[in-house]
Amino acid sequence: MYKILEVKQLNSLVKSMVIEAPYVARRCEPGQFVIIRSHENGERIPLTIADYDRDKKTITIVYQELGFSTKLLSTKGVGDYLEDVAGPLGVPAPLEKQERVLGIGGGVGIAPLYPQVKKLAELGVEVYTILGGRTAELVIMEDNFKEYSDVIVATDDGSKGIKGTVVDAMKEIIDEKKFDKIIAIGPVPMMKAVVEVAKEKDIPTTVSLNPIMIDGTGMCGGCRVTVGGETKFACVDGPDFDGFLVDFDELSRRQGMYKDIEKKYDKTHSCKIGLGD
Amino acid sequence: MPNMSKYKVKMPQQHPDVRNKNFKEVALGYTKEQAMEEATRCLDCKNPKCVEGCPVNVPIPQFITAIKDGKFEEAYKIITSQNSLPAICGRVCPQESQCEGKCVRGIKGEPVAIGRLERFAADMSMDIPHEKIVDETRNHKVAVVGSGPAGLTCAGELAKLGYSVTIFEALHEAGGVLMYGIPEFRLPKDLVAKEISKIEDLGVKIETNVIVGKSITIDELFEEGYRAIFVGSGAGLPKFMNIPGENLNGVYSANEFLTRNNLMKAYDPENNPTPIYVGESVAVVGGGNVAMDAARTAKRLGAEHVYIVYRRSEEEMPARLEEIEHAKEEGIEFNLLTNPTRIIGEDGWVKAMECIKMELGPPDSSGRRRPVEIKDSEFILDVDTVIIAIGQSPNPLIKDTTEGLDTHDWGGIIVNEETMKTSKEGVYAGGDAVTGAATVILAMGAGKKAAHAIDDYLKTLD
Repeated sequence: MYKILEVKQLNSLVKSMVIEAPYVARRCEPGQFVIIRSHENGERIPLTIADYDRDKKTITIVYQELGFSTKLLSTKGVGDYLEDVAGPLGVPAPLEKQERVLGIGGGVGIAPLYPQVKKLAELGVEVYTILGGRTAELVIMEDNFKEYSDVIVATDDGSKGIKGTVVDAMKEIIDEKKFDKIIAIGPVPMMKAVVEVAKEKDIPTTVSLNPIMIDGTGMCGGCRVTVGGETKFACVDGPDFDGFLVDFDELSRRQGMYKDIEKKYDKTHSCKIGLGD
Repeated sequence: MPNMSKYKVKMPQQHPDVRNKNFKEVALGYTKEQAMEEATRCLDCKNPKCVEGCPVNVPIPQFITAIKDGKFEEAYKIITSQNSLPAICGRVCPQESQCEGKCVRGIKGEPVAIGRLERFAADMSMDIPHEKIVDETRNHKVAVVGSGPAGLTCAGELAKLGYSVTIFEALHEAGGVLMYGIPEFRLPKDLVAKEISKIEDLGVKIETNVIVGKSITIDELFEEGYRAIFVGSGAGLPKFMNIPGENLNGVYSANEFLTRNNLMKAYDPENNPTPIYVGESVAVVGGGNVAMDAARTAKRLGAEHVYIVYRRSEEEMPARLEEIEHAKEEGIEFNLLTNPTRIIGEDGWVKAMECIKMELGPPDSSGRRRPVEIKDSEFILDVDTVIIAIGQSPNPLIKDTTEGLDTHDWGGIIVNEETMKTSKEGVYAGGDAVTGAATVILAMGAGKKAAHAIDDYLKTLD
């Protein structure tokens, strides 16, 4: 059992939790993920680690309440325990000392970008980050990023920072400054759009993928993605990949495999345990 | 006088048309009377061949004699002196190629139903605790990686020998393939849980959610004071066919399909949120036990047509005869000498699978006749789900993070077969991690052998 030490509501949909997870906290690196189950008989939910503290033996996860299982997770508070936390899984993000790197995070994808930016800053890299969301409220963790990077905020409705998408902001800044690398984490359409622009300028771009998976150790093969024409398992070969090579359309389609089944499930079960909207 | 009936006492079973709609156990087990009657068929041979065929050396004639005499608890104790998981073995062992395959009664008629009797004895006396082999406790700590049949057996045996043992399991539940792979209707999960709790009662600790190679490495386990390590991490890397369309929605590895259904209990959506998709027609590619399990599961989940697609003929099928028969009875349709060439999609989902007819040519390296494509014999199988059950390779997580651990090119850990010792000092391995996908009982045999070799090794450290 894994104790919840802190819960923060980052916006109306997104929460962060600090969890005691000694095995994970001891070895995890930026880019790696955990699989959690909030309750017995719950789903196994993969979540990229948003922060960790080796001394306190804790990790931070950030999640968005989307369906039944994440709503169920939200019924747990400080002092409660998660049923399972397994990890760290996946390979660490390929981070190295470079001159200047641009991080781009969209929505809840901002969270897993954070440990990568932090690590790069510690390596002495000059980091810029673009954080994006539909509206100001959805842009999370801005203050955390400011500690380690120059932050640009982009909102679709202009309620904060630049009015436009992260791609609009990206186009501007890559014209002004030379970047050795881009790290983009967010919804699939965002990562795809970032990669298209980055390709034009030939700036190497890594993306972090979150396909459907069960075990996270290579056993089920559900998370297969096509990268450079080859099938890879995101859980053991990733989750970070060279964005230029990822088949985003396939990824997007595979992520939607259970949409219909899940919608039905949410409806019939959420009310049963008092999770109704 | 022994009972000279040529046939085994029949096993009561659920009717095929009933059982192919539920997940309850297919075979219902012998009654006391049936078991005692079957036990009288054993000739109690002086030189029992059956025991030679058993990878864990169960004293078979002795336990059957005890059943014949109505001494069911004694029968159980005789079995568990050598086998820590009898309720499991009695159900899933391929007895026809092991103990029963060697039974002299099998020469003229059917062999003694050793598996059914083992199951009977186990089910009758599950509450009797395992007995330790030695009374003293030993100082050394041993780590076991993986809680499948190899790991459980090794851990149980070492605990019986007085060692302090901790099993590290990557998933949230112990049992490995017994939990995620083999379906409820062949091996009820309550029963697996019970067998595991009896191993724990011997003092074995199980830590779930620890992925050795990720959460902790083999070298770090040694640093934490473990003096020997047994690796029974299984064959957890599914093979795909590398044909077009394999990443379409609706294509599963058998591992994923079975894990969703068994470990995550997708067959019971009332109480479990993990989804599973089964269309109207399902093709399962492969001819082993896993393929049969996947096909029979798909049928139970409501698929109208379920096809086994296998490139050789029925004779070459690696699945147990009993599983093939059960599958046929339940309405699984067999497309033999057939090989998939591509999966055809529509809007990203499986719509059909193109196959080609095969014929058998001369034997290949496995000794089985090699299937050869028949030119221009392609045809379309209308399916909306494809489950690929063509085997697994050993999971590379441990090999990739352990210096000095030698493996074959295909990923299997190299061991000395007498001791299960690997190339790395203090590290032993067994089960599918060594052999590639094989059987529960071979894994148990390897676990047991390794436990005794570890005992010998640790005594040299005293």
